[in-house]
Amino acid sequence: MTRHIRHAAFFCALLLAALLVNAARVQVVEAPAYGDNIANRRTTIARYGQPRGDILVDGTPVTGSKDTSEHLRYERTYANGPMYAPVTGYASQVYGTTLLEHTEDGVLAGTDPLLSPFPLWGAATRSRYPGGDVVTTLRRAAQEAAYEGLAGRKGAVAAIEPSTGRVLALVSAPSYDPSVLSGNGSAVARSWSTLNRDPDKPMLNRAVRKTYPPGSTFKVVTAAAALDAGVVEDLDVRTRTPDPYTLPGTRTKLTNASDGCKDVPLRKAFEWSCNTVFAKLGVEVGVKRMAATAGAFGFNDPDLKIPYSVARSTFDTRVDRAQLALSSIGQYNTRATPLQMAMVAAAVANGGQVRSPYLVERTVRAGGGTVAAAGSRPMRQAMRPSTAAQLRDLMVDVVREGTGTNAWIPGATVGGKTGTAQHGLGNSGTPYAWFVSWAQGDHDVEPKVAVAVVVEDADADRGEISGGGDAAPIARAVMEAVLKSSPEQRR
Amino acid sequence: MIKAGTSLVAADTPAPAAPLPRRRGIELSLIVVAVLLSVYGYCAVGLARQGTVPPGAAGYGAGLGVLALVAHLAVRLRAPSADPLLLPIGVLLNGLGLVLIYRLDLETPGDRAAPTQLVWSTLGVALFIVVVLLLRDHRVLQRYAYVCVVAALALLTLPILFPSVNGARIWIRIAGFSIQPGEFAKVLLAVFFAAYLAANRSALAYTGRRVLGVERLQLPTGRVLGPIVAIWLISVGVLVLERDLGTSLLFFGLFVVLLYVATGRTGWIAVGLLLAAVGAVAVGMLEPHVHGRVEDWRHPFASIEAGEGPNQLSQSLFAFAAGGTFGTGLGLGHSILIGFAAKSDFILATAGEELGLAGLSAVFLLYGLLVERGYRTGLALRDPFGRLLAVGLASIVALQVFVIAGGVTGLIPLTGMAMPFLAQGGSSVVTNWAIVALLIRLSDRARSRLGVPRGEESAAPEAGRHEPAGAVR
Repeated sequence: MTRHIRHAAFFCALLLAALLVNAARVQVVEAPAYGDNIANRRTTIARYGQPRGDILVDGTPVTGSKDTSEHLRYERTYANGPMYAPVTGYASQVYGTTLLEHTEDGVLAGTDPLLSPFPLWGAATRSRYPGGDVVTTLRRAAQEAAYEGLAGRKGAVAAIEPSTGRVLALVSAPSYDPSVLSGNGSAVARSWSTLNRDPDKPMLNRAVRKTYPPGSTFKVVTAAAALDAGVVEDLDVRTRTPDPYTLPGTRTKLTNASDGCKDVPLRKAFEWSCNTVFAKLGVEVGVKRMAATAGAFGFNDPDLKIPYSVARSTFDTRVDRAQLALSSIGQYNTRATPLQMAMVAAAVANGGQVRSPYLVERTVRAGGGTVAAAGSRPMRQAMRPSTAAQLRDLMVDVVREGTGTNAWIPGATVGGKTGTAQHGLGNSGTPYAWFVSWAQGDHDVEPKVAVAVVVEDADADRGEISGGGDAAPIARAVMEAVLKSSPEQRR
Repeated sequence: MIKAGTSLVAADTPAPAAPLPRRRGIELSLIVVAVLLSVYGYCAVGLARQGTVPPGAAGYGAGLGVLALVAHLAVRLRAPSADPLLLPIGVLLNGLGLVLIYRLDLETPGDRAAPTQLVWSTLGVALFIVVVLLLRDHRVLQRYAYVCVVAALALLTLPILFPSVNGARIWIRIAGFSIQPGEFAKVLLAVFFAAYLAANRSALAYTGRRVLGVERLQLPTGRVLGPIVAIWLISVGVLVLERDLGTSLLFFGLFVVLLYVATGRTGWIAVGLLLAAVGAVAVGMLEPHVHGRVEDWRHPFASIEAGEGPNQLSQSLFAFAAGGTFGTGLGLGHSILIGFAAKSDFILATAGEELGLAGLSAVFLLYGLLVERGYRTGLALRDPFGRLLAVGLASIVALQVFVIAGGVTGLIPLTGMAMPFLAQGGSSVVTNWAIVALLIRLSDRARSRLGVPRGEESAAPEAGRHEPAGAVR
């Protein structure tokens, strides 16, 4: 019997050894994989165990953190949530993060190794540090002007500083308060489904994530291409354009909203927004050069990030001549985000140079030290400086005596271009009202702001929607706000 | 306290050269260490969570200390030669269990289990003291073998009359207390198995029909096969009627181990494993409950991949993984994510997460030591009943630890079962204290060099068939 007791004891020892080996397997060998499993909430708990860093506008946080004393302890709060939602995005305990909350998450949540005093060590240990802050390029006054200007009407505003690419205002309406998504309760789930079911799509960031047909505002690009290509050499020489203009290879006749477009020079055509002239110019420039100029302005670039990604604005390159004619007046497959059109205006204001837009000035540690700064941004020449100067004149004329007089600001030089874009099946939809512009104070050495406004108000009567009427006043308010709040005053 | 009769044994088997030291002082100092470790854990939880030593620390320490001290005095009085490790291990595991449950209570303020567990622990220690004081000779139990089995069967069938809780019919509720009668049945069955096998082992070892004329391959006769089949049927019955895979596995495993130890015939193991395999396959195919457990074990993260979120097993694995080598520290883990049964079946995950592989290994080794002391007692004893009882009780602990610890760490399919001493559950704690008490009693007999003289042994029922220890094959 003794022998068999020993055998049984040996069997028990085997069981013990199996338990120990298996425990080592789970706790040491498999531990990293288990720790990274998406269903493992420990990372989430650690993530919300400390206050999240803040997003700053003009030196003041527009975000905050609330101690809920719950399992996931800190919850995101937003001051003026709807106004800044197209910039901040949301930081939800259930639905993740978007926009700046997403791209800057490493700094905000404290996982970025650069937050460590010894970054290599931080990367190796994968530790968590106090959340850092994100300083944005936004200007509060401009953002407020844009948000109040839209006043809840469907649309978007994007404003940038032409010489640097700093985004000064980025507004989308209707908007939503991201703080309703911060927590993890059932109210959050209800808010989520309500927001997603809303036909007005309040969570859609219209300023950067929606493309619109740019309509007549695209004529800035067409004019630049025509001038750069030498198709037009003098702004005041007649363009020999018939009215109506028959699209090449078709019997479709293109008309104008106003009379007097027949055989006008480019200056007048621009001022009065003659479709016929620009359609014909586009065809004469040719698809290759049109596409090159549009591309230089930023069209067809799928990789633009500010730092979150911007929807690709398109200029179709596989077109016949009729389609090219329509494309050149901002119709057919030509589509642009409001931010893209602000870049177009900025390029004109900045001597033909396109500065890649950006939203984050720098990121800082909780203690105040800089983690990363924006630095110099890539630059691209969209047109010759002389062309840019000519376009400036054309745009100034539009505000002085054309369709954009609503954007006029005393004590400043303002250039603009209106647009009323047809869309929908057979152009049945309520047209979008566009306005793109730039402004330079009389005491400024260079233009301080370029802005694009789009208003898509489905409630309005079709005839009443117009770039000059609906969009230009908003653009003016934004430009005024920027001109008034010089950086010196801000600091 | 060396009694007359020592010489009788000395003539029969090689006696130890000198009386074994009693080592009660060592037991006392180990108990002090065990109590201090528990209080330290209790304080660590409070410091980690609230930043202060919990107000009840002194009271908790004093309570545990007094319980352990009274138990120690009982051992000193009535089992002075008992193994000095058994009681301290029990105290330490019980104390650690209370710390872990107290720690998990902090996550569930509305459902505090530690106070109840403390009451049950007190009851358990009381039962321990009663057993040590009243049971002067373990061989008395042999007389009650059939009473034990009837009582065990009654306890096992009782919960069938009660509504099922969480898919298993293993609880009965009386006056607000949940009792798991199956826990008590374990000890009673161990007593019965030991007595039955001690009486019948010769018959089981030597009778049987040859198969194909091969000497080694003998099938037992129907008369002795009957009880074994009966036990197998009971195990399967428990499994099917109460949906309690763990208990069924434990009973059957216990019986096979004791059968082997008693008869030394590997043929029995083969028969046992065959029956177990048939039972397992049949139940695994017929019972969706059991089938699901096997599927969970094979693919613990299947529910995550299916988008249904982590199941309990994956949460348990996450907890162990989060502990790593040295753990997060008491009070700083998130094993409560396991949800239901975090304080009972899955208590080990909290130990694994907060104490790490180091702490978990220490816990496993404590159980290993407890089992080893039980087996050593079995080896030292000379009466077959005592030997089988000691081996049986130790095996209960070993199998139970393996089944549940292996289950929650993904080694084997998960079956609901209480981690001895650690897990929340009154019946379990009381039963484990009874097991330790019996082991104390057995080891006192083994170490006091009394053994069981042959004369006494023949007085035992059916003792005529007994072979001297070690003579069986």
